[in-house]
Amino acid sequence: MAGSIKDQVRAFIVENFLFGDTSAQIDDDASLIENDVIDSTGVLELVAFIEERFGVTMADAEIVPANLDSLDRITAFVSTKTGKESLNA
Amino acid sequence: MCGFGGYFGAGVSEAEPLLRRMASAIAHRGPDERGTAVLDGAGLCHTRLSIVGLADGQQPMSLDGGRLTIAFNGEIFNYVELREALIARGRTFRTASDTEVILHLYDEKGPDCLADLNGDFAFAIWDAPRRRMFLARDRMGVRPLFYTSVGDRLFFASEVKTLLQVPGVEAEMDPFALDQMFTLWAPIAPRTAFKNIHELEPGHMMLVEEGRQAIRPYWSLSFPEHGAPSRHTDERAVAEELRALLTDATRLRMRADVPVGSYLSGGLDSSVISALAAGMTPEILRTFSVAFESAEHDESAFQNEVAAALGTMHASVNCGDGDIAAVFPDVIRFTERPILRTAPAPLFKLSALVRERGLKVVLTGEGADEVFAGYDIFKEARVRRFCARQPGSRMRPHLFRKLYPYLPGLKQQSAEYLAAFFGAGADSLDDPLFSHKPRMRATGAAKLFFSAQLRETLAGYDAAEELASRLPQEFPRWHPLHQAQYLESRFLLPGYILSSQGDRMAMAHGIEGRFPFLDHRLVEFATTLPPEMKLKGLVEKHILREATKGLLPESILRRTKQPYRAPDSASFRGAGEKDYVREAMSAEKLADCGLFNPASVSKLFAKSRQQPLSGFRDNAAFVGILSSQLWLETFTGSRIRAVEAA
Repeated sequence: MAGSIKDQVRAFIVENFLFGDTSAQIDDDASLIENDVIDSTGVLELVAFIEERFGVTMADAEIVPANLDSLDRITAFVSTKTGKESLNA
Repeated sequence: MCGFGGYFGAGVSEAEPLLRRMASAIAHRGPDERGTAVLDGAGLCHTRLSIVGLADGQQPMSLDGGRLTIAFNGEIFNYVELREALIARGRTFRTASDTEVILHLYDEKGPDCLADLNGDFAFAIWDAPRRRMFLARDRMGVRPLFYTSVGDRLFFASEVKTLLQVPGVEAEMDPFALDQMFTLWAPIAPRTAFKNIHELEPGHMMLVEEGRQAIRPYWSLSFPEHGAPSRHTDERAVAEELRALLTDATRLRMRADVPVGSYLSGGLDSSVISALAAGMTPEILRTFSVAFESAEHDESAFQNEVAAALGTMHASVNCGDGDIAAVFPDVIRFTERPILRTAPAPLFKLSALVRERGLKVVLTGEGADEVFAGYDIFKEARVRRFCARQPGSRMRPHLFRKLYPYLPGLKQQSAEYLAAFFGAGADSLDDPLFSHKPRMRATGAAKLFFSAQLRETLAGYDAAEELASRLPQEFPRWHPLHQAQYLESRFLLPGYILSSQGDRMAMAHGIEGRFPFLDHRLVEFATTLPPEMKLKGLVEKHILREATKGLLPESILRRTKQPYRAPDSASFRGAGEKDYVREAMSAEKLADCGLFNPASVSKLFAKSRQQPLSGFRDNAAFVGILSSQLWLETFTGSRIRAVEAA
């Protein structure tokens, strides 16, 4: 699978939530909610993507902003779940 | 109830044919009669929907052989009492119409006559001796009034399409209005979707004389200071007073020389109005509803329950696959502005049904949610404040789920996400727009699809900031609920509910809507009530429920509000995927019009073909983009690249 976890997640977000619009750079630590990138149904799409792409299962208790509300957080969460990458990958 | 237009200024060439063209453009508002009056320095035209004074209410109407001449759209509901008082003061009437009452009252009191009028109106009076044009619009903004200038002449009309008949008036999209619509759902009056065409604000008048144009308010919505003692301490007494006011407001709105029917959504407000009306008419009341094929939106069971309980003669129009898409281009022709929801479309079909069944007038329950705090946004703001008092609470955000049981995306969210989505703790409690921030954020996210050119034009512009700048000085001293009520009542109600969903959809088929909850006596009374009588905990419209006990089945009286919604982007899938939809959303057309980014919209469109769009932003964007494209096609023929014209 091509690219780091962060790159893959970023590509998914740009394609699905920003409809390919790359004019606004998403900083690695920027809140996806506060920057209007993602809404309540978008979170569920993101969870589905993470589970399918990285082969992990997310418990309800894990679906929280602390794990999913920025590229850094998602990367760290997926890395921990898969044990593959570090936060700075 | 009608349509009118006119001008002020000398030297209009071919005035009579121009006035006839202007009237023709709004023939739908007044299919019964048409009239024009070319005056010395002014002109008026009128299309009539005959409701009061059927035989002698033709317009434009003059007093004293042309000393005063009026063109009037709407109804003065207390015209009987005003007429009697005028006769007692020595006035003689030629007709039985409410139109003549306005003329006499203006003759007596000048612009101060507005204070006496209880009604939904927009009118123009040409005062020949003073060489003055006097324009006015009702307090809540039920009836529309647009104007523009060409050189030193002023043109005005009930709908913009009338103004577009005037040589020199061109349709151009106002990019700032588009930004407002993609933030607030409506332009902030006097701005309209059309560049250089304005709207007279609700509760305002315009005097044009001696080369000067003066616009000023004659009425404004206001609330008591937060914490000030209220005279309303006895809830039972308040409920009784409210019942009496609402009954009288309905009684006045039953006045017509033709039968009056009622819309019936199945919710509390229209059911209450239908119940009151049913008790006042010797005939069987006719009620009308929209039924959706989509179970998520349908309220037929409740509508039928109320109709059966009240013994009305009920009819409904079915809204199924493809129905919304079939009428959507016509809907935009009548809204005259882009919209972010399809909800007006079923009401367009409903007014057609009423017309088909031979009625011209319907009562509706519109306005109760603004006046008595019925909308979810009021509860949402209260919960957000509750959460902000204990940031990090895992329990408090669960209340958000209770507010929106019909939004599947929220059901599965954790407390942390719920708090984050609603900005709990993120928005300053002192922000004057606090109550509406989440909605503005969610809607404004759809601006993601704006083209680079449009973004450049709008650089540095903030619609919310402009809205905040329009608030009255005393606004910060009001209770938070009253602040939120003001925002809904003063902007969204006239800007969207009463216009795009109200007047324009009903008048498309020559139907007059009447709104007992917007009787100004009732509105003023409700502003003085303690907030807890309106929103009690998280129970909306508490005092209205108390006031209307016994009128309706308990199941309706106790029913939690179900917001009126229609399928949005899903309406344009399957049977709704019409050729015009594909064309309007095509990269070529989008590039030609210049408002939206063709590549992004193509992805949105492709996503909507794969599966129904589920998010608020994506649905708002889809409908907003499609309606903007249709607007350009309808009013400019897409000939003008919108952004270049800005």
